[in-house]
Amino acid sequence: MRHIISILIENEAGALSRVSGLFSARAFNIESLTVAPTEDASLSRMTIVSTGSDDVIEQITKQLNKLIDVVKVVDLSEAAHIERELMLVRVRAAGKDREEMKRIADIFRGRIIDVTDSTYVIELTGNGSKLDAFLEAIDRSLILETVRTGVSGIGRGDRILKV
Amino acid sequence: MQLTGAEIVIRCLHEEKVEYVFGYPGGSVLYIYDELFKQDKFKHVLVRHEQAAVHAADAYSRSSNKIGVCLVTSGPGVTNAVTGIATAHMDSVPLVIISGQVPTAYIGQDAFQECDTVGITRPCVKHNFLVKDVRDLAVTLKKAFYIAKTGRPGPVLVDIPKDITNQKCEFEYPKTIAMRSYNPMVKGHSGQIKKAVQMLLEAKRPMIYAGGGVILSDAAEKLTKFARSLGYPVTNTLMGLGGFPATDKHSLGMLGMHGTYEANMAMQHCDVLIAVGARFDDRVIGNPANFAGVSRKIIHIDIDPSSISKRVKVDVPIVGNLPDVLDELQKLLEASAGVPDPKALAAWWKQIDEWRSKKSLKYKQGKEIIMPQYVIEKLYEVTGGDAFITSDVGQHQMWAAQYYKFDKPRRWINSGGLGTMGVGLPYAMGVRFANPKATVACVTGEGSIQMNIQELSTAKQFRLPIKIINLNNRYLGMVRQWQQMFHGNRYAESYVDALPDFVKLAEAYGHVGMKIERPADVEPALRETFTKHKNDLVFMDFLTDQTANVYPMVAAGKGLSEMILAEEL
Repeated sequence: MRHIISILIENEAGALSRVSGLFSARAFNIESLTVAPTEDASLSRMTIVSTGSDDVIEQITKQLNKLIDVVKVVDLSEAAHIERELMLVRVRAAGKDREEMKRIADIFRGRIIDVTDSTYVIELTGNGSKLDAFLEAIDRSLILETVRTGVSGIGRGDRILKV
Repeated sequence: MQLTGAEIVIRCLHEEKVEYVFGYPGGSVLYIYDELFKQDKFKHVLVRHEQAAVHAADAYSRSSNKIGVCLVTSGPGVTNAVTGIATAHMDSVPLVIISGQVPTAYIGQDAFQECDTVGITRPCVKHNFLVKDVRDLAVTLKKAFYIAKTGRPGPVLVDIPKDITNQKCEFEYPKTIAMRSYNPMVKGHSGQIKKAVQMLLEAKRPMIYAGGGVILSDAAEKLTKFARSLGYPVTNTLMGLGGFPATDKHSLGMLGMHGTYEANMAMQHCDVLIAVGARFDDRVIGNPANFAGVSRKIIHIDIDPSSISKRVKVDVPIVGNLPDVLDELQKLLEASAGVPDPKALAAWWKQIDEWRSKKSLKYKQGKEIIMPQYVIEKLYEVTGGDAFITSDVGQHQMWAAQYYKFDKPRRWINSGGLGTMGVGLPYAMGVRFANPKATVACVTGEGSIQMNIQELSTAKQFRLPIKIINLNNRYLGMVRQWQQMFHGNRYAESYVDALPDFVKLAEAYGHVGMKIERPADVEPALRETFTKHKNDLVFMDFLTDQTANVYPMVAAGKGLSEMILAEEL
C-alpha cells in the first residue's frame, strides 16, 4: 500500500543522505521524497512516499525514528490528510494549439506563468493523479518538458507535526 | 583558557576517563598525536593495522562494558578501520572512533589521503559527525560518547579536519547532553509487562531465548534469577553465551544453525517464547516462514523498537532497558499468586530430556588425529572454564561456542553479526587491556589468524600473554564444509597451501611457538602453556582432522527442526 510519511529532521549537512541511504540500504522503496527547511531553520521537513506491506511500513517508520537526527516521524496515511504536488510543464502552444492549451490549463486550474510565441509554461498544483490526468488530457506530442516536485503532505484538522 | 582543537580532543578523553586509545598516527592527526604525547592520563596502543585498532577497542568494550576508543588518520586510516567499525556496529558495541580529515579548505578537492569518511561510514555506525568549527568540537565528542553508550549501543565516529585541531577556542566540557532528536526509551510499558507475566505463567511449554542484549546491558544476573525462579529452559544465542550459565541444568546450550538439538527443538515446539535481547536473525531461527508455521505466543524484550516484529511477528512487544524490564517482571512474578503449571512443566522437561539424550554434540576422538572439538574441551578443562575466549570466524568459532561452557557474561568475544575473520587476535589484545590479569585465549584457524597476524608484533610490544589456539586443518573449514554439503565436494579455493611454519613465525615475533600433532599431546601442551608459559604469548598450532564438520547443522533457509546431525551421516 502507498504511504505518505512526514519527517522532522535536524537541518544538518548530510541529513538527506542519512534518510536516502537508509532506504537504499534496507531495500525500502521511495516513490518520491521532498525536503526543505521549516519555519524553524534548524529543522527540515521531509515527505516520503513509499509503498510496502504494513510490516515494511512499520519497519520504515521504526528505522527512520532510529536515525539520530530524526526528531519526529508520522505516517500521514494513517488519518485524513492533504497531499499536493507542483508541476511545471513547458508545452508547444502555436496556432490552433495555443487556445486549446489555455483552455485545458484553465480546466485544471493551472496557470500560465511563462509565454513565448510558440510555448507556454504551465504551473499546476494538486495531488499526483490530477497532475497525471493533466498530462493525459493534452496532446503528448506537445509536451516539451515537465518537472514535478514530488508530494508534500500535511494532516487535516488538528493533527500537527511540530517539535 | 583557549585550547587548540587537538588539546580539546585530549581533554575530552580525560573527562570521559578513557584508559586506552587504540590507534595509528598519520598526517591528519599529527596535532592530536602531539598532544597525546604530552599527557599520561591514558595510554595509546599502537597497533600494526587500523582494522586491529578498532577490533581491539571493540573487545576492550565487550569485555568490560566501557566505551572503546580509537584514533586513526584520514583516507586509508579510516578505510582500513571500516571493517572494524562494521563489525562493532553489527554486534552493537559502543565505540568512539576519532578520525583525522584533510583541512577544511581541502575537503572535496581530492586531496592527499582524503576520503568521504562520513559518507563511507554512515551505514555502519550508529551516528557520525564531521566537525566544521572548533567551537563545536567538545560538544560533539560529548555527544559521541553519550550516543555510543545509551539506547542500543553502537560505534560513533567523529571526523576532525586537520585545521580544526590547530585552531583555538575556549574549552568547556558539557556536563550533560540533551538532544531533542535522541531520547532512547528505557522503561518498558507496564501493561505489556503484566501481560507477559500472565502469558509466562500460563505456558505449558515455555522457552527463554536470550541474546547478546543480555550481555550488553549487564543483565545476566537478573536473567539468571528470573529464569531460575520460573524453572524454565533457557537457550542462548551465539552473542548471548554466558548470559545464562551454560552449566546450569536449565540451560539447553546455544540454538541456531549450529545449536544443540534440544535447543532448536524446544525453540520450535514451545508454546510461549520469551525473547530477551535477541533479534530472531537468520542464523538463529533459520527460515522465518518455517518458524512461523508452528503456532506459539512470543514475548519480545528489546531496547530497539526496530528489532521487534522485524523477522517474526510478536504478540507482546516490550521496548525498554533490559535490566529494568527484568526487574519489573521479577517483581510482578513474585507478587503474583499464580505459579507455572507443574504437571505441564514436568512433561515439557521430560520431552527436553529426550531431545537431550540425542547428545547432538558427541564426536569420536581416536588415537591418531586430533579432533578440534577435543582441543576446545581440553581448553575448557585446563582453564577451569574461567578464561576469556576470543574467536575468529569459521568452524573453530562454532566449536568454541559449542564446547566451551561459558558461565559468566563478557567471557566470550566473537564477531557474531558481521562474521569478520581476523578479529580473534586483536580481540584478545583488547580483552587483556581491559582485564590485565585475566587468562585470555584466542581460538582461531590458520585462515583467520593470517588476516591480522601482524598484531603479534603489538602483542610483543605490550607483553600481552595471549594464548593462541590455532585449529589448523589446512582448509578454510566452514567453506569446505558447505562445499562438501551443498556444492558437490568441489573444494573451490578452500584448501590453504603454502602455510607458514607457525612455530617459527611466533618465534620470529619473539613469542613461544608449539606444534601439537597427536591427541595424547593436547592436554599436556595446554597445561604447559597455561602454567609454565603463563606470562608468554604462546602460539599453539594444533594439526586437526581435515574432514571434521560442525554439527548439528540447520542448512541455510531450512527450519529449526530440520537439523542435520552428525550421526545421520
